[in-house]
Amino acid sequence: MKTFAELNFPGRLVAVEGLDGSGKSTQIYLLKRWLELQGLKVYFSEWNSSELVKSATTKGKKRELLTPTTFSLIHATDFADRYERHLVPLLRAGYLVLCDRYIFTAFARDVVRGCPPEWVRGLYDFAALPDLTFFFKADLEVSLQRILEGRPQLKYFEAGMDLRLSTDLYESFRIFQGRMLEQYLAMSTEFDFLVMDANQCIENQQAVVRQLVSQRLDLDKFHRVERPPQRPVTKKAPKRVKVEEPVE
Amino acid sequence: MRQALQNQIVVPRRTERRFYGHGIPRVPSEELAGRLIVVEGADGSGRSTQIAMLVQWLEGCGHATVQVGLKRSTLVSEELETAQEGNILSRTTLSLFYATDFADQLENIILPALKAGFIVLADRYIYTLMARDMVRGMDEAWLKNLYGIALVPDAVFYMNVAPEELVQRNFAKNAALDYWESGMDLGLSRDMFDSFMKYQDDMQKTFRRLQATYGFTIVDGMRSAEATHAELQKKIGAVLAGK
Repeated sequence: MKTFAELNFPGRLVAVEGLDGSGKSTQIYLLKRWLELQGLKVYFSEWNSSELVKSATTKGKKRELLTPTTFSLIHATDFADRYERHLVPLLRAGYLVLCDRYIFTAFARDVVRGCPPEWVRGLYDFAALPDLTFFFKADLEVSLQRILEGRPQLKYFEAGMDLRLSTDLYESFRIFQGRMLEQYLAMSTEFDFLVMDANQCIENQQAVVRQLVSQRLDLDKFHRVERPPQRPVTKKAPKRVKVEEPVE
Repeated sequence: MRQALQNQIVVPRRTERRFYGHGIPRVPSEELAGRLIVVEGADGSGRSTQIAMLVQWLEGCGHATVQVGLKRSTLVSEELETAQEGNILSRTTLSLFYATDFADQLENIILPALKAGFIVLADRYIYTLMARDMVRGMDEAWLKNLYGIALVPDAVFYMNVAPEELVQRNFAKNAALDYWESGMDLGLSRDMFDSFMKYQDDMQKTFRRLQATYGFTIVDGMRSAEATHAELQKKIGAVLAGK
């Protein structure tokens, strides 16, 4: 597997990974704002898929129809949809693409669910690797606390209830997150994760993130091109306003 | 139908089952007592006719049957249908969507039925899915890994019919060619007839390549339905007897 840079894409992809409650979304949001304010071409990939794939995923989750295999496949479908329709074209167009979670989430989650690691990795080998991957490593108790305090309504699959780790939703969530963390840490060296101390305060973490991004990426290349005005402003045709025909 | 008239019902011999790859987590393959029979072929190759005849015959012989096919899962069949109508998904996405559909049926229909000793008749299996993707330029090794979840069937029959004859049969049935069965998404030709011929030709070549790996039986689908059925009966009879 190669990174987008190694594949000669003009764009670069930065991913953040970490447990729920590790603060990764906050950090990538602040990174996005910083890059935008510099006038760079930035796209934040929201983990929303096409309505179609989403409808199947929602149905599967609501009715608890998913097994580890179909859970893995439907999320891979979802990812492929985003990858082929959004990420690749934007990276071809020279964007800085920021992803809140990438393939490593699937690598960790599906393996915890019992899918063989080689199979899961094989599924995703159509995707290139991020140019930078930040891993937000918080103590398990810290991230558990953040989640369990803020949003006590845990969902079935999110808590790993399908794994029958415990009949208690919260206990199941704890065990599941603990196993996720083990998987992440095991991948850390192999995929060159930039490991962040997520127990630190937001500002300190963001300072490190910004420093690493500016060191590792040539940000000057991502400036929006100022285009000369295409037509004299005076000759601009009046805007057409669509008027609904009144129904008699 | 000699067997059906004999009152003796043959109990299928157990065979060692295996998956193409790692299979499905926590499914012991030795518990699967039933049989999996696959019929492959293009639209108009006579697949459904043959499956209907096999069901009649097998039930007559005292075997319980279950049928599966592509795009029939509870999980994603409706969404897949909609996706195809709009042709909005790119190839990896569509491929994985079909794999999800397959896996859902495998785990929720095929495996439980085999555990219960049913004979499962599959109207197309992973080979059609692989061939379609290969014709569209997807990596064979990637597909092999993806379908490592699939169970190796006890018999696979590929109904071989020349594209010229397929066209005739499709017109006789629908008076129109199907967009996907004509490979129109590939841009082989703007002319649907030309595209159909080219696409079906590519599919046949790909099936022949897959045959070398997966060793399925190529059945001459140009004969009458009865003649083909007689051949399938004989071969399936041998499978059930454990030969």
